[in-house]
Amino acid sequence: MNLSDIQKIAEQELDFQRAYTNRINVCCSSGCVHLGALKVLKAFEDAVKEFGVERECKVAKTGCFGTCSVGPAVIVDTMGRQQARLYENVTPEKARKIVQDHIVLGLPAKDMLYKNAGYFKKQNRLVLRNAGRIDPSRIQDYIAMGGYSALVKCLATMTPQGVIYEISTSRLRGRGGAGFSTGQKWGLVARAHGAPKYIVANLDEGDPGVFANRTLMEADPHAIIEGMLIAGYATGASKGYLYIRSEYPLAIQTLQKALAQAKSMSLLGNSVLETPFKFDIELRFGAGAFVAGEETAILASVEGRRAMPRPRPPYPANSGLWGKPTLIQNVETLANIPQIVSNGGIWFAKFGTPRCTGTKCFSLTGKITNPGLIEVPMGIALRDVVFDIGGGVPDGRKFKAVLVGGPSGGCLPETLLDLPIDYDSLTKVGAIMGSGGIVVIDDSDCMVCTARFFTEFCVDESCGKCTPCRAGLIRIKEIYDRIITGDGKMEDLSTLEKTGSYIREASLCGLGQTAPNPVLTTLRYFKDEYIEHIRDKTCRAGKCFKKEVP
Amino acid sequence: MAASDLRREQLEKTMKEHGFQESALVEILHKAQGIYGYLDKELLMDVAQSLNLPPSHVLGVATFYSLFKLTEPGEHIVTGCLGTACYVKGVDEIMQAIEGEFKVKRGETTPDKKLSFFVTRCIGACSMAPNIIVDDEVIGKATKEIVLESIRLALRGVKVESL
Repeated sequence: MNLSDIQKIAEQELDFQRAYTNRINVCCSSGCVHLGALKVLKAFEDAVKEFGVERECKVAKTGCFGTCSVGPAVIVDTMGRQQARLYENVTPEKARKIVQDHIVLGLPAKDMLYKNAGYFKKQNRLVLRNAGRIDPSRIQDYIAMGGYSALVKCLATMTPQGVIYEISTSRLRGRGGAGFSTGQKWGLVARAHGAPKYIVANLDEGDPGVFANRTLMEADPHAIIEGMLIAGYATGASKGYLYIRSEYPLAIQTLQKALAQAKSMSLLGNSVLETPFKFDIELRFGAGAFVAGEETAILASVEGRRAMPRPRPPYPANSGLWGKPTLIQNVETLANIPQIVSNGGIWFAKFGTPRCTGTKCFSLTGKITNPGLIEVPMGIALRDVVFDIGGGVPDGRKFKAVLVGGPSGGCLPETLLDLPIDYDSLTKVGAIMGSGGIVVIDDSDCMVCTARFFTEFCVDESCGKCTPCRAGLIRIKEIYDRIITGDGKMEDLSTLEKTGSYIREASLCGLGQTAPNPVLTTLRYFKDEYIEHIRDKTCRAGKCFKKEVP
Repeated sequence: MAASDLRREQLEKTMKEHGFQESALVEILHKAQGIYGYLDKELLMDVAQSLNLPPSHVLGVATFYSLFKLTEPGEHIVTGCLGTACYVKGVDEIMQAIEGEFKVKRGETTPDKKLSFFVTRCIGACSMAPNIIVDDEVIGKATKEIVLESIRLALRGVKVESL
């Protein structure tokens, strides 16, 4: 396989796809599979045979459309003759009816269609451009959508410096949470002395309530692989490690298959597409440690040690894996790379805001009408996400707070809902972008309990290296236990605040520095509830003062 | 060949594939747990010797990561997801019900070794919260009734399938 073969494969595959006049995309991501998508897939395959339309209607097993709450979800695409239609809560019985009505008779089965048009209105699917449109187990599908053409462009026409220039122009910032400039990071690794150089792709999506990276991998694994290859070319790295949580079996399976295909087409190996560029990817599996997602902890874990962070400097760009220059990048960042190379950095910088370009994937969960995976331009207001896309709080309850940024994010009240979502605005109000979790909390939830829950999580996940984080979080949890069982004192509030800020200032890594965020933000925005618990011994959500600690 | 030898052979093969390198320790422990079901002291000692690492290092890594099991799990495994979305959606109540009915605390196994009850922090199926996993089958949008019935069925040997 050489550089021009990619174009040939794309043309062949497009010809093959054009032979079909209809395409049924069945979402087979984890969410829909748990709800029975594989049975639905089988039912579609049987139905197209039963109605004798298997030569004109392709049934494809695809990734996620983002409408996880109404799974199994299915898209019927009539190849441009009509608008593609999305069906919700599909069952094997409904599948047969959809084939009969939509494919055979050409009339969409109206009563089964997804009715919530608002869900997609404010979204902008760039990273998820292929999610739900291609079969992730077929590399040809990816290539037909323009996949690997960015790699070809790099290898055939661009210098490594040229690639870095393009990424810098895009002003892309790391999607793992900290928001460091990607172009700048690549430049540091490219200029660093030492060989070999390494790339670590971070898919240790340990934040509870977040599943964006998992979904991305299950839907479009080659975009991540292509991003790693381009990063390798630009920085001079020859080896990549992809670190993935072992809690994600389907994503691992999809990835392993994709890697094997890429190898067999000489997209990986000693001579990528018959050029002098050499790059290989090895997998590393997480084993249930939240802290392993931290930049220096992930390096320790890849080296086979306990995932414990170390002080910086030296920065991984100069001294990472085995002391060699290492580029660490979240997989969502990497999946952005091919489109930036293909369309140019200026094109990418048009999305989002001037300081935060592009889009961001968010997992929208909790007390929300339309939970699912969304991708929105940076700078969109939280209110638009919660109410316009998410459909607000269900069951007639009232919105109380939104937790942005995972267990070490911040709990923000309704008054802050007009805040634009970007790295800087979120940090200013005590939250973080994190890996993109948005959990909505309603008036039946107690903010004191919620803060205690996150603290407990961080107690469990603290690696134990820094005393403020290891011991301080336990002290905070003890105070919470007192408050919710009726033994709280008013001075506990200032102790919480003080301890929280000490932990934030005196911890080495991101986990410790952000762990007190839920404590500090709930104290800042929901102090009334704390006071009610302590002074009046009442919990407005009715969750506390029971015998057992919840 | 005895079953124990076969398993040892599989483990040896894995370690060889990784060139007996320290950097593959986590992968090797994953594989060892897959083969033997859990990691007991002798097994960890064996890995330490094969990779030429101090036993304390191997034990340190095995205890650091929460997915490694150091004691024998029960015949059936129920795992409650304590991720944020599941918590907000009331998984705790279901977990309390499991503890009550089957007399097993979180992180423990029943004395007859029939049932282990573990807790995990997020399986990434948050849009279907709350989630409970019964013998590898994820029960999404779980209710107390469905989960308890599924466990009762599993204990009687009926395979649980997605509802």
